[in-house]
Amino acid sequence: MTLVDPGWVHCQRRRVPAAVTRAAGTNHRPVTVIPATGPEYAREWHVAVDSDDAVAAAGLRRPDGTSGELIQLLTPEGERVEHPDYPLDVSADEIKGLFRDLVLVRRIDTEAIALQRQGELGIWASLLGQEAAQIGSGRALGPKDMAFPTYREHGVAWCRGLDPAKLLELFRGVSHGGWDPKEHNFHLYTIVIGAQTLHATGYAMGIQRDGAVGEDGEAAIVYFGDGATSQGDVNEAFIWASVSNAPVVFFCQNNQWAISEPLEKQSRIPLYQRALGFGFPGLRVDGNDVLACLAVTKKAMQDAREGQGPTLIEAYTYRMGAHTTTDDPTRYRLAAELEAWKLKDPVERVRAYLVRTGAADADFFAAVDAEADELGARVRKSCLTMPDPRPLSIFENVYAEPGPQLDWERERFAAYLDSFADEEVGA
Amino acid sequence: MTTLTLSRALNEGLRRALEDDPKVLIMGEDVGKLGGVFRVTDSLQKDFGEGRVIDTPLAESGIVGTAIGLALRGYRPICEIQFDGFVYPAFDQIVSQLAKMRLRSLGHLSLPVVIRIPCGGGIGAVEHHSESPEVLFAHTGGLRVVACSGPADAFTMIQQSVRSDDPVIFFEPKRRYWDKGEVDTAASPDSWLPLGSARTIYPGSDVTLLAYGPMIRTCVEAAVAAAKDGRNIEVIDLRSLSPLDIGAIVGSVRRTGRCVVAHEAPVTAGLGAEIAARITEECFYQLEAPVLRVGGFSTPYPPSKLEEHYLPDLDRILDTVDRTFAY
Repeated sequence: MTLVDPGWVHCQRRRVPAAVTRAAGTNHRPVTVIPATGPEYAREWHVAVDSDDAVAAAGLRRPDGTSGELIQLLTPEGERVEHPDYPLDVSADEIKGLFRDLVLVRRIDTEAIALQRQGELGIWASLLGQEAAQIGSGRALGPKDMAFPTYREHGVAWCRGLDPAKLLELFRGVSHGGWDPKEHNFHLYTIVIGAQTLHATGYAMGIQRDGAVGEDGEAAIVYFGDGATSQGDVNEAFIWASVSNAPVVFFCQNNQWAISEPLEKQSRIPLYQRALGFGFPGLRVDGNDVLACLAVTKKAMQDAREGQGPTLIEAYTYRMGAHTTTDDPTRYRLAAELEAWKLKDPVERVRAYLVRTGAADADFFAAVDAEADELGARVRKSCLTMPDPRPLSIFENVYAEPGPQLDWERERFAAYLDSFADEEVGA
Repeated sequence: MTTLTLSRALNEGLRRALEDDPKVLIMGEDVGKLGGVFRVTDSLQKDFGEGRVIDTPLAESGIVGTAIGLALRGYRPICEIQFDGFVYPAFDQIVSQLAKMRLRSLGHLSLPVVIRIPCGGGIGAVEHHSESPEVLFAHTGGLRVVACSGPADAFTMIQQSVRSDDPVIFFEPKRRYWDKGEVDTAASPDSWLPLGSARTIYPGSDVTLLAYGPMIRTCVEAAVAAAKDGRNIEVIDLRSLSPLDIGAIVGSVRRTGRCVVAHEAPVTAGLGAEIAARITEECFYQLEAPVLRVGGFSTPYPPSKLEEHYLPDLDRILDTVDRTFAY
């Protein structure tokens, strides 16, 4: 690892000994790091709120009796490890399939960032670093399950079969999404932070009323981030889901950053522990481990489908890119933090596993790369050939039954547009 | 014909809606055993079960947000917001989510959600219980906003709102909940006045008086009083606040040449301002006087000992009418 900043060598995460922990789960401290000469930016090392010591010290156990450890099935080095609560029977071909997913969605992301840089997209919210959390959870869903995304769930969209070009429509400003959520059981991207958690919970209450809980049941999953856990809507959704025992899984990708605000600004306890207070299980999974994300989501969804109510999954991951293409993370976080997380890359650990086990050869990797190139080209082409919406489409799909106000405004605007017709003919 | 209070007429309308469509749900705070603080949902949970008449946690954003989710699943929820001043915690879910989902999905999704809000003052309540926030929603594309003024309309309009595939914000005049009126519960829905139509409550020829919700009774009383003085006021109940039945408004004002708009809400950027602008544009050559507004002041709603001064009453309405004849 290259240390780009000599000052960084002093920046070590400080693990507060359990003995000095004030109370269970409050072992985080914003650690002010030794000031270095040179750069004037605040040298505050970002410390992820971490529970392991606190849980051990307090003897905390989740309702199902397991501890609050980070659930992992594939180490950053690509070693397969077992977890007693989450056995995962997965074939080499399935893991190769997951690897392909990871590579392809990363490629969609790369292409979209490039398109934004070239002025073809207004903005893009990168999923870089969160591929495993999204692919693992996305591949855990059944066709009848319903997913409610934020605006960053490109990997889940991929798993649900949504054409990536539809995602670009939103970021190009052609539509606000515009896909049919019922077609792929993948709801529209929600930009207001946390609002979709209530929609998923209400949808799950509908599943209950349809009698679709139990054998061959259905469930909803809702995605949100660490910052969203501060939103009232998310906390209300937790309450609603809990008291109605709704079949919904809360999948929180804790990517450590809410734009520029680190997790310490959102919580004094590990996020998964929030669930305890609401009365349902919470767990923390290695969000960069696609196998672990697959396993825990499968179990949580199955529990929900069978009528055992909600689960909060905290996928512990890292936003390796900027919040969006308009963001500049160098203003608020150290490059070294990113370097540390690169060692836990969600794609590379699966590659390492496939190489280590001999499950995949060079031809396989070349074929996936070629497919990624092809996909990237297709995404690019779909973006560049996307027609602009017609001006009068502003008035469409606002109401099922449009009223006189919109009719009046459309007529006037149409007449205004028509007034240029002669000029255009003349030109 | 049956004589019903406005509250009872709503109750009967809701009962019909629940009977007509198993997907219709009622959700809100205290709507179950209590029957709502105004008893509008009285006995409905007993008759339709806790699965369809849902006592919710005390969180307005949650009420509307989960109603959206239920609607996405194919249900038709009717949310009760207990009082006007409590709707603001749900504002994002209404304005950013409920109103926009059809457009965001390019028409793939409908959200047939009704949000019932008891509104207006005049009951001597503490603060946050007497407000008139209708214009906040009328300003929001994607929502229909309606207000009933009496039992007959309450019975039909609530059912029409439930059947609407657009989200409807349904304002109920809380100080009129106990007013009685004749309701034809046997009439065919085909004979009901469309939800988007205004209704002429009291015909007249000298001046058009536009109002809705709780002000209708006051306006009719004003018209009756004015008639004794030989002045013929035409009172029109707008009923639909978004969209406005602009045809009915313009038709009347072109005949009378004068117009007063009355509402409890503050006049600044209120519905009266929008109506005055449209009338000015559509009836400019027929107007004998500027369109005048009479309404709440541009202040927070006052303590209840002052509300009789804040709310337009018969005298203030007639004073405003008189002023349109001073031009």
